[in-house]
Amino acid sequence: MSELKTETMTLNMGPQHPSTHGVFRLKLEVDGEHIVNAEPVMGYLHRGTEKLAENFLYTQFIPYTDRLDYMNAMTNNYIYCSAIEELLEWEIPERAEYLRVITMELNRIASHLVWWGTYLLDIGAMSPFLYAFRDRETILDRLNEISGARMTFTYHRIGGVKWDAPDGWLAKVQETVKELHENIQEFHTLVTGNEIFQARTIGVGILSKEKVINWGLSGPIARGSGVNIDLRKTAPYCIYDRFDFDIPTEKEGDVYARYKVRVAEMFQSLRIIEQACEQIPEGEIITKKGKRIMMIKPPAGEVYRRVEASKGEIGVYAVSNGTNKPYRIKLRRPSFVNVSILQDLLKGESIQNLVAIFGSLDVVLGEVDA
Amino acid sequence: MSQELLDLIAEKINTLQGADTIEEAKLNFHKPMIILASQNWDLNTVNVLRTDEFLQFDFLSCVSAIDYEEHMEVIYNFYSTTLDHYLYVKVKTPRGNPVIISLEPVYKAADYMEREIYDLMGIDFTGHWNLKRILLPDEWEGHPLRKDYVTDKKALGLD
Repeated sequence: MSELKTETMTLNMGPQHPSTHGVFRLKLEVDGEHIVNAEPVMGYLHRGTEKLAENFLYTQFIPYTDRLDYMNAMTNNYIYCSAIEELLEWEIPERAEYLRVITMELNRIASHLVWWGTYLLDIGAMSPFLYAFRDRETILDRLNEISGARMTFTYHRIGGVKWDAPDGWLAKVQETVKELHENIQEFHTLVTGNEIFQARTIGVGILSKEKVINWGLSGPIARGSGVNIDLRKTAPYCIYDRFDFDIPTEKEGDVYARYKVRVAEMFQSLRIIEQACEQIPEGEIITKKGKRIMMIKPPAGEVYRRVEASKGEIGVYAVSNGTNKPYRIKLRRPSFVNVSILQDLLKGESIQNLVAIFGSLDVVLGEVDA
Repeated sequence: MSQELLDLIAEKINTLQGADTIEEAKLNFHKPMIILASQNWDLNTVNVLRTDEFLQFDFLSCVSAIDYEEHMEVIYNFYSTTLDHYLYVKVKTPRGNPVIISLEPVYKAADYMEREIYDLMGIDFTGHWNLKRILLPDEWEGHPLRKDYVTDKKALGLD
């Protein structure tokens, strides 16, 4: 019998595909069921955020940071404001720092909940999505009460925060924390031990520790591969050094490990919120100078600052030339760096694992495209 | 601590590239910063930064670029996951013909970050395996983050 001639086929996944939760294209070269080559194509959502920054007053850029990773806007607000504060060398009022921590951690849980729900939806489980969004809604209600918005908060300002907590808000947060504790515990009984879920995720999409570091991956992806780095702990910023919490890590490096890290992180965030609600002092919420936004003029200089967002390490490189507009703002978006690993990770995988692997990276396209 | 690290890095680079190759070595917000010209920056130096037992800068956190109008600068932010210290490296390159070596063969993290700089700032990274536009369409003209870039409002439908 003569040998059959076969050739590979190019297949476009996206730009409109339900599992990408945004506009993202994967150009796949497939040999039957197997992926020979995968090339991510992005930029469909590019808004020129970094260029826009150069035309605004320092404060006016904050709403644009909301729209990078819109699942975790509080941390984006924080990293931008804190980079400018570092250039200005300002002291931030205690109460503002506590409100920042509480809102950032609530937002981190909300972000992980969206991942948890949509990821399971992607791999075929319908009901977890409803549980996740029920709980996320409670968090968004709390954030709405303090900031006036559900997702694009613009709550952190240079020098502090915009609004003080309304009457009884902290008690409500404590109530929410208790509720979330029980509900997230339920996730384990619902999904974590599920045999079908484990069969789809254990041993799939394995990333070694060396690869994680060389590719610059961060966040739960890195911690799922045994890289014990969480900037809240390893390079404490804000007031994170005052709280008692752990860094959940797993060493397997597969999709299941990343899942376990994210679920465990939600409990750690709850711990931080609990402590912050107890310790928070009365006082100012923004420095006097922070209220005069036309006058925010950092001295000429530059600084790179990075913090831990829900997707990984988010950084801002801010350059000031002494005027009231930034000379250059560079944004290190964790999803943009994390998505690059797909080129390597998908090689040789079968198509049925593609969505399970891609989803496990928790990529937000608003952040990839900036 | 940071000052000692800065001295050590400066010494290593001087041994490799010859004395006076570093234009400036200082502490920027308590972190070491090295400024040098692109002809004194090569993969040899990068490999030393990454593998030297007292440096071990194994994590490339961020690649950024600034257009200073007279010249351009590419900034690499390194971090050591094992020794927990940071480094800024600023590499100067002329504005007329901005060329710098790519770190992609050593740090895969540079793959997308350098492509983004190439796309938006127009700096050429030699040795990059796949240097092409990443955020803007392939047929886009110009590099928007340059200070002299003029936005074509008509083409964008804004006028």
